[in-house]
Amino acid sequence: MTEELLRRTFEIRGQDFENAGERSAEVTAILKDLDVDPNTVLRVGVVAFEAEMNVVMYAHRATLTFVLTDHEIVVEVDDEGPGIPDIDLAMQPGYSTATDKMREMGFGYGLGLPNIKKNSDVFSLQSEVGKGTNVHSVIRLMSYV
Amino acid sequence: MRLEMVRDLLRCEVLTGADALDTEIETAVASDSMSVVLASPQPRALMITALTNIQSVRTAQVAFLPAIMYVRGSRPTEATIKLARDNKTVLLSTQLGMFESCGILYSHGIGGGN
Repeated sequence: MTEELLRRTFEIRGQDFENAGERSAEVTAILKDLDVDPNTVLRVGVVAFEAEMNVVMYAHRATLTFVLTDHEIVVEVDDEGPGIPDIDLAMQPGYSTATDKMREMGFGYGLGLPNIKKNSDVFSLQSEVGKGTNVHSVIRLMSYV
Repeated sequence: MRLEMVRDLLRCEVLTGADALDTEIETAVASDSMSVVLASPQPRALMITALTNIQSVRTAQVAFLPAIMYVRGSRPTEATIKLARDNKTVLLSTQLGMFESCGILYSHGIGGGN
C-alpha cells in the first residue's frame, strides 16, 4: 500500500522570473534533509525547475504539487495558459517558441520538456489550447526501481 | 582540481566562497543555457557561464554544482551573490572569455564528464 509522506503545493505566477526556481530549490532541500538518495533528488530538481520555468515563461499561473510516498515522488504542474498546439513538436529537443527575453534568463532553448521527460519514470503531458497544460511526472525512489 | 587552482589559472576574482576554495571539481559544464546544464548534470562540476542572473545560482543549487565561474568579467547582482553565499555556492569571475576559459581548464585535465 502506498503511504503518502509529504505533500507540498505552490502557486506560481507567469512572468515571475525573479522567484522562478525557488520552490524547486526548497523541495530539493527538503528531500536532501530526508536523506533521499542524491540522484533522485537531482532528477526531481531538474523536473521541478524546468516545469517552474515553463510556467513562468509561458503560462498565466499554475499550481505545482509535490507528493512523496514511500516508493516515489510525483511532480504535478497544472497551469492556466495558452496551451500547446502541437505536443510532438514541443517535445522535440531544440524546438522553442521562447523570446529573447526568456533566453536572457537562461531558459527557452527547447530543452525543458525533453529534460523533464528524461528524468521521469512516468511522464504525461496534456494540453488544451486556450486553457492550459498539465504535466505529470513520477520519479521512483532508488530502492524501488 | 581544487577551486583555488581554477582561480589561479584563470586569474579569477572570488565573489563569494573564499573559505571553500579547497573544494575539488572533477568536470565542467559551459553554457549560457541552464537547460543545457540541467540536461546532463555532473555533481562536482564547475559551471562556466556568462549568465549572471539568479537562475544561474538556483541551477547550481538544484544540480549540486559547487561553483560557478562567470566569464568575460561578468558578475551577478548583490542579491544573487547573497543567495550563493546562503547556499554555499562558490562564485568566481574571470576576465577571460568562455572559449579560452574552457581551453585552459581542459588542458589541465578537466573534462566534460560525458
